[in-house]
Amino acid sequence: MSFWFWHGLRNGVRTTRYPRVLESAIGVSPGRPATTEFASADQAAAAAANCPTGAIVAAGNTARVVLRNCIHCQRCRFGFPHALAWQTDYEWTGVTNPEAFGPLPSAYRRSTHIMVVDAGDCGACLRELKQLNNPFYNMHRLGFFLTATPRAADVLLVVGPVSENMRGPLIKTYEAMPTPKRVIAVGTCAITGGVFGHTFMSAGGVASVLPVDLEIPGEPPPPLAILHGLLVATGRKPPVPQETMKERGA
Amino acid sequence: MPMTPFPLSTGNPPTLDQLAAVMQERFTSSVSVSRADGGIALSIPLLEPSLLPAVCRFLFWDLGCSWGGLIVEERATQWRLSYTFLATGTGWIEVLLEVPSGAGSVPSISSEVHAADWHEREAEDLFGLQFEGHPRLGDFILHDQVWPEGAAPHRKPQRKSVDAQQTHLRRRPNPEWRPLLVVQDPGSFAMPVGPVYEGGIGESLHFMLETVGEDVLRAVPRLFYKFRAVEKIAEGQTVAEALLLAERFAATSSFAHSMSFCSAIEKIGSLEVPNRATHLRVMLSELERLRHHAGTIADICQSTALAVAASQAAIIEEELLRTSCRFTGHRYLFGVNAPGGLQRDFDDASAGHLRLSVRQATQKLHLLEERLYFTSSFLDRLEDAGVVDPEKARDLNLLGPVGRASGQGHDLRRECPYNGYQSYDFEVPRESEGDGYARLRVLFQEAYQSERLISQAAERLEPGPICTPVQAGLSAGVALGWVEAPIGAALHWIRLDESGRVERYRAITPSFNNWLGFHVAVEDFAFQDFPIILATFGLSATECDR
Repeated sequence: MSFWFWHGLRNGVRTTRYPRVLESAIGVSPGRPATTEFASADQAAAAAANCPTGAIVAAGNTARVVLRNCIHCQRCRFGFPHALAWQTDYEWTGVTNPEAFGPLPSAYRRSTHIMVVDAGDCGACLRELKQLNNPFYNMHRLGFFLTATPRAADVLLVVGPVSENMRGPLIKTYEAMPTPKRVIAVGTCAITGGVFGHTFMSAGGVASVLPVDLEIPGEPPPPLAILHGLLVATGRKPPVPQETMKERGA
Repeated sequence: MPMTPFPLSTGNPPTLDQLAAVMQERFTSSVSVSRADGGIALSIPLLEPSLLPAVCRFLFWDLGCSWGGLIVEERATQWRLSYTFLATGTGWIEVLLEVPSGAGSVPSISSEVHAADWHEREAEDLFGLQFEGHPRLGDFILHDQVWPEGAAPHRKPQRKSVDAQQTHLRRRPNPEWRPLLVVQDPGSFAMPVGPVYEGGIGESLHFMLETVGEDVLRAVPRLFYKFRAVEKIAEGQTVAEALLLAERFAATSSFAHSMSFCSAIEKIGSLEVPNRATHLRVMLSELERLRHHAGTIADICQSTALAVAASQAAIIEEELLRTSCRFTGHRYLFGVNAPGGLQRDFDDASAGHLRLSVRQATQKLHLLEERLYFTSSFLDRLEDAGVVDPEKARDLNLLGPVGRASGQGHDLRRECPYNGYQSYDFEVPRESEGDGYARLRVLFQEAYQSERLISQAAERLEPGPICTPVQAGLSAGVALGWVEAPIGAALHWIRLDESGRVERYRAITPSFNNWLGFHVAVEDFAFQDFPIILATFGLSATECDR
């Protein structure tokens, strides 16, 4: 079966050069709406009223974007007269509590073990996490490894709004992890509950169950956004500036 | 139960009048048959509840209809239970049972139509309805170890807000709870797997593997860890809000679900979808199917530890994700569908680019398929893994690629066409072995058919409007929408009230149907085959749990 070896070789190296060089291939990120200056206050108010999750806040002529609420419905982008500016970046990770947050100690920099808990995710965030193992992103080259046991984990990635039936397993997983540990909420559902909100079956985000250190907004955050979050957790990339976080309503 | 042939299937599919006549003849005055609308062709209201199992058995086994699903609705003074069936080539039939609110109990049809088992268990858990004669009710969606008996969160007076119910305060974790084990041989033991396992990249679900050592005798999935009560959240929402939910509860088939939701709304509002939008919808739903199947093939290669093939399939999936993003602005096709058409238009240049990218992806899939079929170590793992024979597949009404690999599985694109699929030229691949290898072959063949459909749709694109907007609001109405999602038939049933808000929303998903049949494939197998069987089924827990 040596043809597999040649089949793999023939395809060449497909891996992104991120984080050394920013990746610019089309389609790696859906982008995000950006804070936009309108001609009149009415237009900004109309843009805010059009958003189903309150991710756009009008202040005078400006429509400010609260990224942690954005669910990528694109209703402010297409088919709407007062469309917002669109920015195709992916470094979105922010710190929830800047006074208390510090990255993992430097010993973890080149070998970080990651535990993923699916707490009611729609499948998109998990699929994007799976992409981190494919040749395009290949997170092993940066020293990130998935682990199947919380006893060996340093970082806990939680996806989904925390469904009632997953509340117990999630807390148990967190408690089984040794310190130092960091918790990252991946995706808008894990940050605010997203479209599922705070109901009798959904806790409305990880923060109501566990102390969350970092947030990666996006529905779903593309693989590079998750990679950026992991780099922030290990202190190899700076998080989004605090002013931007405040703008986001954190 | 012996399967008698469909008495009318000798030539063309039966007309509705023929079906109605057959029902009238068989059940004389006990049933009345009427034409219905809102996507359901024929309605059979039952006057006598005790007749229900006999009518359902006649439809499923004697007339050869497939099982659609059970739609429970709590009306002001009565329960409205709609048992839907699909008569191939003819349309949807509903058996309608209305019982007074006080009754609280109806006959069970699970012993006649096995595929209805989980639908009845779900209704018992969420509505507190009792199904007389059902062998095993309780401990389904609301897990017995944390939920008290008698909770019925989908009943009308219950509100969805957390303050009204204080759910997690009412929960009483029961440390004494033990799962039901069937294998009682000396030396046998149960190996629990999940809900957090496989490095977490697997979805949250639980299996109890009952084993006597190396051989696992049976494995029963325990789902609904991810239950978020989507149907309850949608109640009282506007159509635009509920569309976000329909799109987001199962992201790997989000376009199919949002399209099914939109088609129900289009039936209520009598909206005609413009030609251009129907062709674009075909392109996008086939793109989603292709990407989904590429992802499932990557998972299958991964489960057999064939690293290079898994990487190559993952490259194809990622390239298709990027193509989706380039074309629609979102990697998982969120925010594209709208009631009456699409939210935005696409120019012909980007449609041409999409067609080109899809052709390149299928060429790579062809190459991968060829190499896989020459890899004996890979085929050894798949052959005879997780066999579902055609009789079992028919009995449990398996849908989608899993059903089609066992010679069953209706394809709604062909057998109950929607969105202009009847004018397209494509094949529905079928295999009869029902093992993992057959399921892999079906996945590859369906991916190639999707490429054909995308090419045909791209050629038919003509300039024109993209959406028929809702004029002057939606009024009260009820309708069923259906779409062949990548995993199988996705049914969305909606009732709107006078103000155009959602009164009851029911999503019947293919994963819900197929997880019921999963236990058939995992009887008496070697432990190391478990991930492979799981991957070849390619089911989604979030689509099942909702």
